[in-house]
Amino acid sequence: MGHPTGAAKRPLSPHLSIWKWGPAMAVSILHRVSGNALAVAGLAVLLWFVGAIAGGAASYETFQSVMGSPIGIIVLIGISWSFFNHLMSGIRHLVLDVGAGYEVERNNRWSVITILLGILLTALFWAVIILV
Amino acid sequence: MGNGTRIGRVRGLGSAHEGAHHWLLQRFTAIGNLILVLWLVFSLAMLPDYSFATVYGWLSSPFSATAMVLLIISTFWHARLGMQVMIEDYLGGANRFAAILLLNLVFLSLGVFGVISVIRIALGGA
Repeated sequence: MGHPTGAAKRPLSPHLSIWKWGPAMAVSILHRVSGNALAVAGLAVLLWFVGAIAGGAASYETFQSVMGSPIGIIVLIGISWSFFNHLMSGIRHLVLDVGAGYEVERNNRWSVITILLGILLTALFWAVIILV
Repeated sequence: MGNGTRIGRVRGLGSAHEGAHHWLLQRFTAIGNLILVLWLVFSLAMLPDYSFATVYGWLSSPFSATAMVLLIISTFWHARLGMQVMIEDYLGGANRFAAILLLNLVFLSLGVFGVISVIRIALGGA
């Protein structure tokens, strides 16, 4: 597939450094960060999980000992936060898709609530894992 | 926004006519992920322990195995679409093409590995 010369000169998206920080911008950046964390770390752990079970008791034990180590727990907490954060900002995206929630005040308020809900649900998930 | 001038389209600067399809699939798989990953989260939280016997028994049931295969397809598809958008934002020209090609190969291969693993568990191969 030969690339036409004109296409190479098209502009790319501006990088992080030139944006003015605000709630809507922060939730957008976190959506991308958590989404890519899930795509890389989340899916890697998921594949290792099912692959280890398919491999039998010994390979599952290896998986379990790595994930049960302090570093493994930190990775799992990171993945769970990424999921709940991405879930909440993803639902926000679906609401914005129907054209709702663009008023400045409301948009800022729900951006902040989205981020807080992601943290709250992560804490709740681990409380259930540990306590129940 | 139009489709660009005729000479612009010849130079590859017009619409690719694929944007809406990508956008829609990103939403459809998002709904799939919403349901299936919440199923996984609740299932994992409700398991009495994480021993091999418990986890194997849970995942080898036809319902769990079906949900897990659907989850792998939906999440890998969604992740592929999302990472493509990121690549398009920050890479151009031949680098963009190479990165997206690599992305497709990696995600297709890994997704198939995941599905095969679950099928092996469901059919009692281990």
